[in-house]
Amino acid sequence: MRKTLFESLTLRPYTEKPATLADPQIERMAAELSAKTRSRLGRSLSLRLVDAGSCNACELELNALSNPYYDLERFGLRFVASPRHADVLLVTGPVTKNMREALLRTFEAMPAPKWVVAVGDCATCGGPYADSYACERGVQAVLPVDLRISGCPPSPGQLLAGLLALFG
Amino acid sequence: MTVRDPSLPDPFAGLSGRVIDAHRPWPRAEVQADAWTDAASRLQRGILTLIGLWGEPRTVHMALADAHEPSRIQVLSLDCPNGSYPSVGQAHPPAVRLERALGDLFPLVPIGLPDTRPWLDHGKWGAPGPFGSSRQEAASRGDYEFMPVAGENIHQLPVGPVHAGVIEPGHFRISADGDTIVRLEERLGYTHKGVESLMQGADLIRAAQLACRASGDSTVAYGLAFARAVESALGWEPPPRAVWLRALMAELERLANHLGDVGAICNDGGFAIMHAHCSVLREQVLRATLASFGHRLMMDRVVPGGVVADLDAAGSERIGALVSDIRHRFGRLVELYDNTASLQDRTVGTGVLQPAYAAQFGAGGYIGRASNRRCDARRWPGYAPYGALDFEIPVLDKGDVNARLWIRIREVEQSLRLVEQILAGLPAGVIQTARPCPKGQAAPEGMAIVEGFRGDILAWIRISAAGRVERCHLRDPSWFQWPLLEAAIENNIVADFPICNKSFNCAYSGHDL
Repeated sequence: MRKTLFESLTLRPYTEKPATLADPQIERMAAELSAKTRSRLGRSLSLRLVDAGSCNACELELNALSNPYYDLERFGLRFVASPRHADVLLVTGPVTKNMREALLRTFEAMPAPKWVVAVGDCATCGGPYADSYACERGVQAVLPVDLRISGCPPSPGQLLAGLLALFG
Repeated sequence: MTVRDPSLPDPFAGLSGRVIDAHRPWPRAEVQADAWTDAASRLQRGILTLIGLWGEPRTVHMALADAHEPSRIQVLSLDCPNGSYPSVGQAHPPAVRLERALGDLFPLVPIGLPDTRPWLDHGKWGAPGPFGSSRQEAASRGDYEFMPVAGENIHQLPVGPVHAGVIEPGHFRISADGDTIVRLEERLGYTHKGVESLMQGADLIRAAQLACRASGDSTVAYGLAFARAVESALGWEPPPRAVWLRALMAELERLANHLGDVGAICNDGGFAIMHAHCSVLREQVLRATLASFGHRLMMDRVVPGGVVADLDAAGSERIGALVSDIRHRFGRLVELYDNTASLQDRTVGTGVLQPAYAAQFGAGGYIGRASNRRCDARRWPGYAPYGALDFEIPVLDKGDVNARLWIRIREVEQSLRLVEQILAGLPAGVIQTARPCPKGQAAPEGMAIVEGFRGDILAWIRISAAGRVERCHLRDPSWFQWPLLEAAIENNIVADFPICNKSFNCAYSGHDL
């Protein structure tokens, strides 16, 4: 224990500067967020994730945002356990019919103002499950979507760039 | 366990029927109902292990392995012209959920199944159901009834499907007496995406993509299982370099997942420093795979006929350096775990899975191996290139959270050894072969069993004359692990549920498909 802790004192931090915004789609979506929205969002956001039927690859990369390389919380972004505390609802997966109600209830439990971010190709358009009897075609079939972050799965860098776009 | 005692009777004796020539590499036989029920009673007696049970609109199949010699495998098929078949679950509980799921997807009724509640079907799909199933109405009438719990002072905690963390959805109904859990009942199916239905009629490229997304954390293992099943069916030989590269990717995937799990289990024990350090190591593996294979999780890299990403000298050097770095730093973290009594206080003796249950359910992966089950699909039945590689299969008998953690630690060490051996022995040559010309055989069938980080993944496929998927079934190891969490959690305190659950780390998406 002591060795590990002492070593941490001399090592440089793993944390990296975030990649600059390169995705034109994210830029466009970010531009669509009104100035009013931006002023309300401020510099601190609480995020609530609902996995609406993803394959869990998106969750792996969302979890990676909390590792020391990306250190999400330094940007004022944090995952919260309760939808009551959340400003932003992140949704992954094509929205399975079995998860539709839980997703809607989570959204309803969030206080306004609130925003919805579709994370990954499944959430943005249904992905490879678009024609399934068991799935909706992405989040927009169920909820109004404010921002889309595509990728299968989006890398932590893409996720970070997308979420930081909420701040403008 | 690997060498058959000649004095024991052959557990497959008498389970014969019309052998299907098109099925490879293990035999498949169309049997009558009496052989089917005979097999169920042999499962009950523990001389056979159930490794899969799946359906088609008019047929049920079950895959069996010799309990004492797990490389001996056979598939039994039962034609069901009347839409019913004798339940295996009534004699052998591990089949219960599989039969419930089968009934949700196909118009087949298991006669005698004690639990007839729907499993994957939550009554939300609408008509028409998949594969002509007829359960829609039954599922949508009325709410799901959980098992009753009687007694004084029992209270219930409904947890999920939306959980507090960034994890997948599932529902846990916990009945507790004060702090002590007297019953856990799981309800799954929330992530059911209709994968097997989407596969039907798909070409092999799309079907492989769907297989790679069965469970994102096991994308290489699923891609490999699917590819091997297709290759078995078509007599398609991938080139040696691809076989070795697949193993390299599979071991890197195992490494990344185990590193993540070790950290996450300790984190659920309130020990965040392990989590931080392990997540750094995991990230370094993913960065190396991105640089070497072009995708952090190596999704869609394994395809029927080979792999789509080659490893250059720089990649080989990068992965070699990664291995020696992880070995050094992970060793330090293992020491930290081993010397932190306050953390072990949370893991030792917690969530004990009795070896008898692990054996009965044929539980694979770290769950089975932590409960004294000697199993690993890389060795039993085994597949290339593992026969040419030297690795140990760790087995422990305590069955608690601590044992499952140590199995993962030992497997990280073994995977590091394997990666080094693969890098040293990687054959030169091409990485893909062309699909062989069809040999005039109608509807070839193939099956494969592959060791993912969670355990054995089974893939079964029948390919049409046009080269499309006629029917494909993927069976996640979690089918035989989820039910055991219910047993392991009994008499633990509610606050230990997260750490027990994490130590199992069963798949939701891979299970629900």
